[in-house]
Amino acid sequence: MLEISLTHFLVVSSILFCLGIYGVVTRKNAVMVLMGIELILNASNINFIAFARYGNFGLQGQMVALFVIVLAAAEAAIALAIVLNVYKTFVNINVDELDTLRD
Amino acid sequence: MSESLLVKYSLFILFLPLLGFIVTLLLGKKVPKIFIFENLVMFVSLVLSGILLFVKLTSFADVAVTSEFIWIDFGNVPLIGSITITLGVLLDDISSIMIVIVMLISFLVHLFSVDYMKGDIRYNRYFAYLGLFTFSMAGIVITSNMLMMYIFWELVGISSYLLIGFWYEKKSASDAGKKAFIVNRIGDLGMLAGLLILFATYQTFTFQEIFVEIAKGNLPFNSGFWLTVTGILIFCGAIGKSAQFPLHVWLPDAMEGPTPVSALIHAATMVAAGVYLVVRIFGILTADAMLFIAAIGALSAFIPATIALTQNDIKKVLAYSTISQLGYMILALGVGAYKFAFFHLITHAFFKACLFLGSGSVIHAMHHEQDINNMGGLRKKMPITYATFLISALAISGIPLTSGFLSKDGILSGTFAFGSLTGHWLFPAVGFFVALLTAFYMFRLVILTFHGEPRNKEKYEHARESSFVMVLPLVVLAGLSFFLWYTPNPIDPEAGWFYSDWIETPVLHTPESERFDFMVEDAVSTEPGEHGVMYSQAYTNALHHVHGPAVILSLTVALLGILLAFLMYQWKKINPDKLAERFKPLYKFSLNKWYFDEFYDRTFVAGTLGLARFIAKFDLKVIDGIVDGSAAVTKAFSKFIGKFDNIVIDGLVNLSAYLSGFIGLLFRRLQTGKVQTYLVLVVFSLVILLFLFKSI
Repeated sequence: MLEISLTHFLVVSSILFCLGIYGVVTRKNAVMVLMGIELILNASNINFIAFARYGNFGLQGQMVALFVIVLAAAEAAIALAIVLNVYKTFVNINVDELDTLRD
Repeated sequence: MSESLLVKYSLFILFLPLLGFIVTLLLGKKVPKIFIFENLVMFVSLVLSGILLFVKLTSFADVAVTSEFIWIDFGNVPLIGSITITLGVLLDDISSIMIVIVMLISFLVHLFSVDYMKGDIRYNRYFAYLGLFTFSMAGIVITSNMLMMYIFWELVGISSYLLIGFWYEKKSASDAGKKAFIVNRIGDLGMLAGLLILFATYQTFTFQEIFVEIAKGNLPFNSGFWLTVTGILIFCGAIGKSAQFPLHVWLPDAMEGPTPVSALIHAATMVAAGVYLVVRIFGILTADAMLFIAAIGALSAFIPATIALTQNDIKKVLAYSTISQLGYMILALGVGAYKFAFFHLITHAFFKACLFLGSGSVIHAMHHEQDINNMGGLRKKMPITYATFLISALAISGIPLTSGFLSKDGILSGTFAFGSLTGHWLFPAVGFFVALLTAFYMFRLVILTFHGEPRNKEKYEHARESSFVMVLPLVVLAGLSFFLWYTPNPIDPEAGWFYSDWIETPVLHTPESERFDFMVEDAVSTEPGEHGVMYSQAYTNALHHVHGPAVILSLTVALLGILLAFLMYQWKKINPDKLAERFKPLYKFSLNKWYFDEFYDRTFVAGTLGLARFIAKFDLKVIDGIVDGSAAVTKAFSKFIGKFDNIVIDGLVNLSAYLSGFIGLLFRRLQTGKVQTYLVLVVFSLVILLFLFKSI
């Protein structure tokens, strides 16, 4: 039986991270982009936990992970508020069309 | 009266005319009667100078009263020693006599001018100029050193210039003023050079100190030759100022000035300043210098006398006669007849001033007609002018009982004695011949002006005797042309007080090797009591020896000249026109003044102008060429720099701008404004970075 090692965790978190990036980059809907960001954060959480479990770091990894979850919640709240305001201003939340930064 | 008071008197005499000049010049336009002040000042000066002369001759006879002060102190000059420049007053018999003559004639001319110049638009300025001239002339007379003399020398030059060109609206008058000034400058240059040689040698300008040094045997550059050169150079000043050959050309032209000015400046005083200068430096003249002076004097006596024969302008005749008489004085100084030269200076001043003022009176009466061909018969209309003119003409011709006879005879005896002692017989020959010419042309003038029938009836009718203020100076001057003022014996000037007591032959300071043999003092001649001591017994003897023949000869030639004039112009026994026709080349030569003006025009004036033109061309072509060339080079260079700037520098700047633009163009694509694109880039970059740093 294959023993589950740190590498497996890292592979999972990488896949998750890539999926997150992919989502952030390809989705047109801003909400979907936010969800991609959540995936990235969760990938990092997996890494923290995995390194905490396999490395000799004590509880520091778990601590950071908890922080990240709190951060993600706060971030989601703020981001959604921004999206709401964007919607109010531009009447859509399609990130492709929000290119006023260029000007 | 003390010496200091005497000096104060002389300073009053000197500065009163200056005061008159300043006041008259400043108030001339506001106060029309200010000329009276000038005349008053002149009168006071005249009285003061009379007192001065009296006191000098009674209380301080044979004493030279000097008073000097330090003008500039240069302190201790390296290599030379201490240098101070002093100014001062020297009152000896000669300067005292001279100042009275200057003041007297100046006052009489002022008086004469009051009427003569009436109605002139610059009436008061005329008197102001006269005041300036009198001041300057007085300065020349009483100075004790050469620098001060030179300063006043130039001052009389400028006042002469102002007065010759007084009617400067007339081109000929302003030209004559310039000519006089420039020609004088040539002579003054020589004088300045002489002064500088003396100053460089002795570090002083004072006559007395220079004389003492030369008497001690200190010569410029330790050679008698340079002493001769110095004497001749200083004499150059006299050549200019006294209108001697070859610088005599300015004096006839100077007749463009008002006639009283001609009488004062160009006959009696200023032109005599040159003679006065030679009188002052007589003690340092070497034999060679004296010979040079005598030659110049003889030429100046002879040439103008021949010119005066044919001139038709009354003032021109008098002008040439003035040069001729000044030549006599210079000749006399050159041959060592010092006393007679100074005596002739004085007598000539009176009778020539009288002649000029007389001609002024005639010109005034004839409404500014100066051509003697348009005169004639004025004797009846102007008896007083005629009488005074005749007396002066007799005096200048050297007829007994006049002052001119005494002085001229003395000069002729001097040349005679000189001829017998040195063998230079040309000088007496010229002297007697000129005496003949003088008598002839003076009586030609008298006859053509006053005798015979009037040739211009209309002007003759209007002519009348001049007013009192014009006639008075004539009478005074004519009166002074009689012998009695100078000597009780009408044929022997040596008997008079003038020669015996007043004019002392100066002590010579030149080394004996540089003198004429007869000027070396011998034991006999230095004995006091022998009046008229002339250097040596030999000279005195020679003078006594020739005196008798000289008197007879000079009287003969004078009478011959007068007789000739009467034959030709009064009795018409000889037709002057036919004579002129027969000797046409000679006549033309004389009428055209020996072509001196033409000669100078062709040579010096044309030469100067040619040089000026050449320099102007040089300036235009070469100097301007260089300037233009440098401008062209600069222009071309700047054009090149401009091109370089435009192409290379601007090109670089543009290139950098273009590159930036190009790069911007390249990268603007990345700037989509879309967050996702940026993110993709970030991720890619991160991946690349990870890949790059993987190995580390």
